[in-house]
Amino acid sequence: MKRLAWILGSVAILGLLQWAATAFLLDGPVRQGPYYYQIIILAGVNIILAVSLNLTNGITGQFSIGHAGFFAVGAYVSASLTYYGGPALRHALAFLPAFAQNGALLVIALLASALATALAGLLVGIPSLRLRGDYLAIVTLGFGEIIRVLILNIDAVGGARGFVGIPKLSNFFWVYLLATMTVATVWNLSRSSYGRAFLAIRENEIAAQAMGVDVTRHKVTAFVISSMFAGMAGCLFGHYTMYLHTNSFTFVKSFEIIIMIAIGGLGSIEGAILGAVVLTVLPELFRGFEGYRIVIYSLALILIMIYRPQGLLGRASLLGRRGGGAVTSAVKGGR
Amino acid sequence: MQTFFQQLINGLSLGSIYALVALGYTMVYGVLRLINFAHGDVYMLGAYFGYYAARILHPYRVVPWIDTLAVMVASMVACGLTALLIERLAYRPVRHASRLTMLIIAIGVSLLLESLGQIVFGADPKFFPQLIPEKTWRWHGVIFTNQEMVVILVAFILMVLLNLFVYRTRTGKAMRAVSFNLDAAKLMGINTDRIISLTFVIGSSLAAAGGVLVSINIPGIDPLMGVMTGLKAFVAAVLGGIGNIFGAVLGGLILGMAEVMVAGYGSSTYRDAIAFLILIAILLFKPAGILGKGQVEKV
Repeated sequence: MKRLAWILGSVAILGLLQWAATAFLLDGPVRQGPYYYQIIILAGVNIILAVSLNLTNGITGQFSIGHAGFFAVGAYVSASLTYYGGPALRHALAFLPAFAQNGALLVIALLASALATALAGLLVGIPSLRLRGDYLAIVTLGFGEIIRVLILNIDAVGGARGFVGIPKLSNFFWVYLLATMTVATVWNLSRSSYGRAFLAIRENEIAAQAMGVDVTRHKVTAFVISSMFAGMAGCLFGHYTMYLHTNSFTFVKSFEIIIMIAIGGLGSIEGAILGAVVLTVLPELFRGFEGYRIVIYSLALILIMIYRPQGLLGRASLLGRRGGGAVTSAVKGGR
Repeated sequence: MQTFFQQLINGLSLGSIYALVALGYTMVYGVLRLINFAHGDVYMLGAYFGYYAARILHPYRVVPWIDTLAVMVASMVACGLTALLIERLAYRPVRHASRLTMLIIAIGVSLLLESLGQIVFGADPKFFPQLIPEKTWRWHGVIFTNQEMVVILVAFILMVLLNLFVYRTRTGKAMRAVSFNLDAAKLMGINTDRIISLTFVIGSSLAAAGGVLVSINIPGIDPLMGVMTGLKAFVAAVLGGIGNIFGAVLGGLILGMAEVMVAGYGSSTYRDAIAFLILIAILLFKPAGILGKGQVEKV
């Protein structure tokens, strides 16, 4: 009952906010309203990406640096579905009222992208997570690059021209609904028996195995869930911008997501949200220094990891209750 | 058959570059258990240092092979110093933190070098000056260029020198000791900090040599040239058995051959993909690599 109230409550609040955002920012009196609206949407997409990556990198202590690859898979798979199969699906959904049709179509696209990226995550995760060590980093990096090259060579999704003509289906409501779902999933997961196993693997893989944790299975589970959310973020992104180009899915994007979670503190959900918002808004404020953006990001990352490896928030929590927790011993302890 | 031998030559020259870069990965991994992501970008710096050295030295040119040697030594020294600086400033402060911290820093350094490279050197490709005038000769239809021969020969000499250093000198022995067990080496009175710095310097100057050699053969250089080569060289190191010097050379040569064969007989679109297919296969079937020994984890 309580859970149902939570779900209905957040849907109602998000619906209200959507109405307000449309009234004030899109059609309303605020100057540059659509610009602010877009930043808010992008912040939401980045929150999904950061919180989901945090499940692999922060909570399970593995290291994926190809999150943009899964983001791309989700975006392109769902976009091709609605672009090529859209009219047929709409025909099948004709019994619904107009606004529900869009929603139903988006849900189908979301499911498709989740399925595709979960499968991709499984394919990447099984060979690299069976082993101890940092193989996941290299494999995911390679995966991200290969996906990009592959997309560039597929003409049906626009190749180097970019994918044009994707229907606009997502909006504030959907992006933040999925962001809330991501946060809720990761939050609840990190408090379940699965989450305890993830944390145990992060702290000491051998000890976890000795305690009877199936290390490989849990690592792969965390990785697949995290890739799945990245894929759904890609779906929402593509159906908001209505245009996709591989330039949005380079190594730099993966790196940005890593910085988001490093700034907020690896393993801390609030930190990831904060990092995502900060890293979406800051570049907008410093538009003039575009060329130096990556220099600043990388310097910031190095300095944070040397001087404040627990992230800017550290152990302080915005929500009080300490659960998943930022990396503590893994950062301080020896190897 | 003629095509096959032609590809063999091309693969050998590409593979020796991968081998040079892979050596740096494998040596640093040996002593620190760290995937030094910045290594590929040090290779890129090597090419650029070589480019500037060649331009400065241009008025004083003597004979091609002395010019080449001078450019290469200059670039190797410059890259060695850069690596020293990177190790001191970025890696040493976190040596006792977790491996994850160090890995994140390595990625940060890599991106810093790439983005600084784009600002300082310019993002558009530069044309590496021709140090050795190209000469080709044919033998049963297979074309040899003198540039390719130089690449293979110099890479081979450097590998022999490295081998002599690691297995025949006191410092080399200390390096092997550190890679075997860091704490025990420290207890035996080895200055491990110095050895680790030295490992970075040697690995990076080999990468610099690779950068100059590849530019002799393929003159276009750009600030992102190290990304793919670095990744592939890492795959080569894993393929041969990471931490193993002979393995790195073997892995580099196999990878170079495989890539050229795929480009020659299949489609060049997939030449970048073959490295990762090999990586996945090796991780599935023999994670320790061809020459690596499976290690027992001690608690």
